[in-house]
Amino acid sequence: MFAYVLRRLLYALPILIGVNLVTFGLFFVVNSPDDMARMQLGVKRVTPEAIERWKAERGYDRPLFFNGAVHGSAQVMDTIFFQKSLKMFSFDFGRADDGRDIAQEIRDRMGPSLALALPTFVLGLVASVSLALILVFFRASYLDFWGVVLCVAMMSISSLFYIIGGQWLVSKLWALVPISGYAPGLDATRFLVLPVAISVIAGVGSSARWYRTIFLEEISRDYVRTARAKGLSERVVLFRHVLKNAMIPILTGVVVVIPLLFMGSLLVESFFGIPGLGSYTIDAINAQDFAVVRAMVFIGSVLYIVGLILTDISYTLVDPRVRLE
Amino acid sequence: MGFLPVLLWTDALFFLLLGIGVVTIVHVRREAPLRAAWRRVGSRPSGMAAAVILLAFLVIGLVDSLHFRQQLPTTEGAPANAPIAYSSEVLSALDMLLAPLRTRVEKTYSAPFATELYARETVELPGGGQARIYPRLAWGGAHLGEDIGERDADLATRLATGLAGALELWVAVAAILVVILARRRGNGMREAARAVWRGETVLAWRSALVTLGGVLVVSILAIKLAPYYHVFGTDKVGQDVLYLSLKSVRTALIIGTLTTLVMLPFAVALGIIAGYLGGWVDDVIQYVYTVLNAIPGVLLIAAAVLMMQVVIDTHPQWFSTAAERADARLLALCLILGITSWTGLCRLLRGETLKLRELEYVQAARAFGVGTPAILRRHVLPNVMHIVLIALVMDFSGLVLAEAVLSYVGIGVDPTTISFGTMINMARAELAREPMVWWSLMAAFAFMFVLVLSANLFADVVRDAFDPRRS
Repeated sequence: MFAYVLRRLLYALPILIGVNLVTFGLFFVVNSPDDMARMQLGVKRVTPEAIERWKAERGYDRPLFFNGAVHGSAQVMDTIFFQKSLKMFSFDFGRADDGRDIAQEIRDRMGPSLALALPTFVLGLVASVSLALILVFFRASYLDFWGVVLCVAMMSISSLFYIIGGQWLVSKLWALVPISGYAPGLDATRFLVLPVAISVIAGVGSSARWYRTIFLEEISRDYVRTARAKGLSERVVLFRHVLKNAMIPILTGVVVVIPLLFMGSLLVESFFGIPGLGSYTIDAINAQDFAVVRAMVFIGSVLYIVGLILTDISYTLVDPRVRLE
Repeated sequence: MGFLPVLLWTDALFFLLLGIGVVTIVHVRREAPLRAAWRRVGSRPSGMAAAVILLAFLVIGLVDSLHFRQQLPTTEGAPANAPIAYSSEVLSALDMLLAPLRTRVEKTYSAPFATELYARETVELPGGGQARIYPRLAWGGAHLGEDIGERDADLATRLATGLAGALELWVAVAAILVVILARRRGNGMREAARAVWRGETVLAWRSALVTLGGVLVVSILAIKLAPYYHVFGTDKVGQDVLYLSLKSVRTALIIGTLTTLVMLPFAVALGIIAGYLGGWVDDVIQYVYTVLNAIPGVLLIAAAVLMMQVVIDTHPQWFSTAAERADARLLALCLILGITSWTGLCRLLRGETLKLRELEYVQAARAFGVGTPAILRRHVLPNVMHIVLIALVMDFSGLVLAEAVLSYVGIGVDPTTISFGTMINMARAELAREPMVWWSLMAAFAFMFVLVLSANLFADVVRDAFDPRRS
């Protein structure tokens, strides 16, 4: 198991290097730092000096790959590629445009992001799996039919509608919770109730339908017929046998997103003013802070790879036939 | 007045897609298994209903894709052989059809069917002095003159005539359908009508007719009322919201279809090559799509859109009109969304090709000495096309929803392009106003809901009909 995880981590290295090359290409090769400076400074204030100063402030005044002006290892190290791209592997992301250390900012903002994302994830999973089980229990009845219709209708509604409508109804009309904001500690609850509820409702349609197809596929298998032939009740068949065996396809889709919960939710966080990583990313996109976007891309791909490894490990926990060698 | 046709990039690709659609239909008519699969689609009531609505949206998008520039009136005293000048504003055929909606701009917000602005304004009275009144709209209900109390009666008569007109048209269409069906079935009109009424036809014509009735009622009422009132109200700068909603349809269709179209060649070629050849080719292709998959989609899109914006801003000489620049950004957005979404299809195709490669008919072809390109083209490609088709229809609704979110975040279409996302973006602060402005948000969401819901229903039916595991 340990050897397997180690090997997977080593496999992850080329993928991270690939991600790094893609972002490097996007940010420094497609457009030169001069282009970026010109866009950020605006048309009116562009002078050669201003561009040079902008580049110097951010360390973009170095050559891309090879610095001929210096000697020794600095020839490779004193370049944009080394300073801005390779240094990410040590989680050193440099400074944002407002001068703050990005790594520190990310550490500070992880908490609020998780406080929103974790309850959303758990409650959403419980809600959609239970809804799917109910639909499967009453399969081929009117309840099942209208349940699926409701799911399809719910997944056809834009997530923006859930957020805007929920905020208007609950916060403005009924004035039950504050419209937006955040407070540390237990005070956060009253700020988090609405965003969590909205995210769960917005996601339940598509995931409940997805779990329903998984359960239905499972229910047509031979072991289910055997279990019924033994005289087990439908309830026992469904909850003890089908649910357990459906875990593998469910885990494939679910475990991989767990590490990405750290990234937060872009939309919900920015609508509800929660100071997490999602709103950090949105602000960076709007302010065109390239360093922050680069850092978030890197962290996102690290977390994705962690998620893939966790998925494999989780298989061994639910299915004894799977062995990681 | 003369005009200069303008073919934007997205127009060309949209027409190309339609051409592919026509070729596919001709092909399907010749192949019995494909015909049977499509007949399964048509036999499902939800499939037919969704198809009718999608077709209506497609017509709007198509009319909106015929772009041109109008000729400017010649200036006095210009030499006779002076070059003809064209307006820099790119219009579409839909703009011409909706000219009354496009040009009748109010001062600011007004509610649906309103005759006055939504808020009081201080105006100078003719006899001197000032008053706080609701100013009369310039166009909404203008035919009523000063007796705005007549509005409800006027609306009622227009509604009634509109409904009657829709009913007339619907009966005519239904009669034509029954005649055609009776010819086909070779029995009397009465039997054909009864079969349609009871839902006993092979294709679900009853559901199609009911949906068509709904579409006709809505569109004819809109046609009857829109010239006299702002049916969905007006937005902040006084533009008619119905006009904005109809214009958004094209953007949504373009994003939903072209994204899949532009990524299709890569996904199909790489997927079947990786699956068929295996070895290091497979390793390289797998590496590429794992890397792209590892980057969170929104961030990759954000990074790419930011960079693309720099490219567009630093090369203004590439675009002669603002519409061309906005169009370039729309196409680039399709490309970027395509790059982030081709990996799933590529992996599916690779897996399917791995299976096909070991089947007897492929082995036999190889034993006969058929070359790899020929095997891929003749034996593998036709047998994975159902996966491609399912991906095309399944991705559509997700992409339409994604466009709204991305435009809202500011990394979507150009701010001057009318789309559901930009409509929502402009309307987001309006719910906090007093009195509340809800109509532009609701119009955008309602249009999106109908489009996405019918796309979802249609996708389900297509998947059920073409996926061999589900039949």
